[in-house]
Amino acid sequence: MNAAVPDNVHFPHRHLLGIEGLSPDEITILLDRSEAFVEQNRRADKTKLVLHGRTIINLFFEASTRTRTSFELAGMRLGGDVINMPVTTSSIKKGETLIDTAMTLNAMHPDVLVVRHPYSGAVKLLSEKVNCAVINGGDGSHEHPTQALLDALTIRRRIGGLAGLRVAISGDIVHSRVARSNIHLLTTMGATVRLIAPRTLIPPAIEKLGVEVFDDMREGLRDCDIVMMLRLQTERMQGNFFPSISEYFHFFGLDYEKLSNAKPDALIMHPGPMNRGVEIDSEVADDIGRSVIREQVEMGVAVRMACLETLSRNLDDGDADGG
Amino acid sequence: MAAKKNGGRVAYVNARLIDPASGIDAAGGLLTEAEVIADFGPGLFAGGAPQGAETVDCGGHVLCPGLVDIRVQLREPGEEHKGTLASAGRSAAAGGITTMVCLPNTDPVIDNVSVVEFVARRARKLGLAKVYPYGAVTKGLQGKELAEMGTLAEAGAVAFTDGVKAVSDALVMRRALSYASTFGLTIVQHPEEPRLADGGAMNSGETATRLGLAGIPGEAEVIIVERDLRLVEMTGGKLHFGHLSTAAAVEAVRRAKARQVNVACDTAPPYFALNETAVGDYRTFAKLSPPLRPEADRLAVVEGIKDGTIDAIASDHAPQDEEAKRLPFAQAAFGGIGLETLLAVSLGLYHNGHMPLIEVLRRLTCGPADLVGLSVGRLSKGGPADLILFDLERGWKVDADDLLSKSKNSPFDGCPVQGMVLRCVIDGRPVFEAGGSKVK
Repeated sequence: MNAAVPDNVHFPHRHLLGIEGLSPDEITILLDRSEAFVEQNRRADKTKLVLHGRTIINLFFEASTRTRTSFELAGMRLGGDVINMPVTTSSIKKGETLIDTAMTLNAMHPDVLVVRHPYSGAVKLLSEKVNCAVINGGDGSHEHPTQALLDALTIRRRIGGLAGLRVAISGDIVHSRVARSNIHLLTTMGATVRLIAPRTLIPPAIEKLGVEVFDDMREGLRDCDIVMMLRLQTERMQGNFFPSISEYFHFFGLDYEKLSNAKPDALIMHPGPMNRGVEIDSEVADDIGRSVIREQVEMGVAVRMACLETLSRNLDDGDADGG
Repeated sequence: MAAKKNGGRVAYVNARLIDPASGIDAAGGLLTEAEVIADFGPGLFAGGAPQGAETVDCGGHVLCPGLVDIRVQLREPGEEHKGTLASAGRSAAAGGITTMVCLPNTDPVIDNVSVVEFVARRARKLGLAKVYPYGAVTKGLQGKELAEMGTLAEAGAVAFTDGVKAVSDALVMRRALSYASTFGLTIVQHPEEPRLADGGAMNSGETATRLGLAGIPGEAEVIIVERDLRLVEMTGGKLHFGHLSTAAAVEAVRRAKARQVNVACDTAPPYFALNETAVGDYRTFAKLSPPLRPEADRLAVVEGIKDGTIDAIASDHAPQDEEAKRLPFAQAAFGGIGLETLLAVSLGLYHNGHMPLIEVLRRLTCGPADLVGLSVGRLSKGGPADLILFDLERGWKVDADDLLSKSKNSPFDGCPVQGMVLRCVIDGRPVFEAGGSKVK
């Protein structure tokens, strides 16, 4: 599966707004292309100037360090011109402003916009108003496609494939765009997905997405190949979803005792940032034999390079029609 | 005690043995060995008492599992001048109650593990009725933030309720049902819309109007019932309504059960044996929460018990001291004691021809036990010997001053009732015997 992907395989989308709707082949194209960049990123010379002359704008309506830096590096290593545009949350409360911002930026002829926004659907709305390619860097509780791709790449490189794996996702599912993107990606690729959380953190009808819900973490983890832990997104919580951190950790924090129900070599993943002692025990998080949390970050840059490159290939050479 | 001398074996002979859980209602006997039931059944000891066991001749009276009372306010810790675990325990023993589930509205509130353990430890030490606590749904019963239900359940809380306060915020109730469902726990709601009930002293209607008292409309009950039925359907949790008092609420639960909603409910003796006329001339002992309702509601509650819509009868024991009741009606505290009258008043359902005896007893034993996930309230070999022997026919008149409860606020004061507990046995030990010889 390594970088032997023919360059002529076509990725038939202008934007990358989410994983939902992508076919297994399309996901595979992105993952395969990422592989090559993993090797490139480990060399002293990390650049490959395929985006020379292209302008990439990171438009982040929500605070981010990890994802923004990752996209920034990805763009630079491909030789693109990268601009970061952090936008304060106060200026985006009105829908009008989002579209105005999009129109303004569009007039500057960017080639790729990477957008993160606190409201679900905002990135799609913006994508409808611009001529360039748009990558969703996370919209509200909806999708975070590059996170799911980097998780998949991490798993694939460790285990060799995704089909047939049993993956547990535990934590604040209801607010998590990472969970939704991962559910779409993993089920599309033939993995079995289990969700583990108190019922208040499980969105209604989630079973319709082809997952199984577990109330008991030990049962949910049983014989899993992968354990993905999610952060409690207290900043998105309106009111009280669980009684206390200590009760949460007691029932849903990943420690060695609960983890012993998973397969002995099960991998532990976390999209970060971690809250040690809340959803994950420090020892488990730092277990170099099990935890692939740092590897996920590394894969993130490669995946974002692949996404930038793939979408850029689909761009017209000159300024042409609108989307 | 005599039991010890005979190797701890007690033979109950010549009994009318009733066990609603297994459907037994026949002449028979029962043998206890130390703390447990060694044998029981129709025809047992028909040929005479066994060798080497103390013999109790039941005289043809009813021998059945001890009652399970799932709605009791203990007042300890915090308000020991109104009631204590000990006073409630003695009162329960006299009433034939061998298991009590207590509301968390103590001071401190049962919203943390240490209070759960305190209640359990105190009750064990007393050796009277077994006491299981409800945990609080919300911290401090404030109706805002969820209490640590998972941890409290691990410590021994059998279900969750905010006691005499409704969880009134719909979002909090939704989250509570949803969170509790993670652990398979039941939420017990006090079904009363607090804003509609605010300031009311009795049922809203003609009597309240004549007496010049602010009323609590029956709608306050059914509004919460209907709302919570929707919420439990949405969340997939388990819901229980305490002390239903209105026809509308009973009907709402009946319809919900017909469409397989996971709901159960109980009522208390005042709501099927009394109506709002008991308030009479501002009798504060008849000031209850929910308030006594019109006769049509009372009849609907009886109907609900008969057809199984109402799963259980609980005493709703709510001790109030004299200072809290000897006040102008509007200022007096809500609540009535009920442990010692639970059985006799409930037997009225049988004596008045509404239901077979075994069905009345079902709603006082295994029925309520099942709702809180306890295995008590039934006869089983090897199971705890929690039993009562009662005279089904003997009449007596409730005199509040004669009751063992520390507080005397019985809404049934002065009422004639029929059915008297002769003996109450907990873990094989007699803890009450009629005729003044109160063991313990």
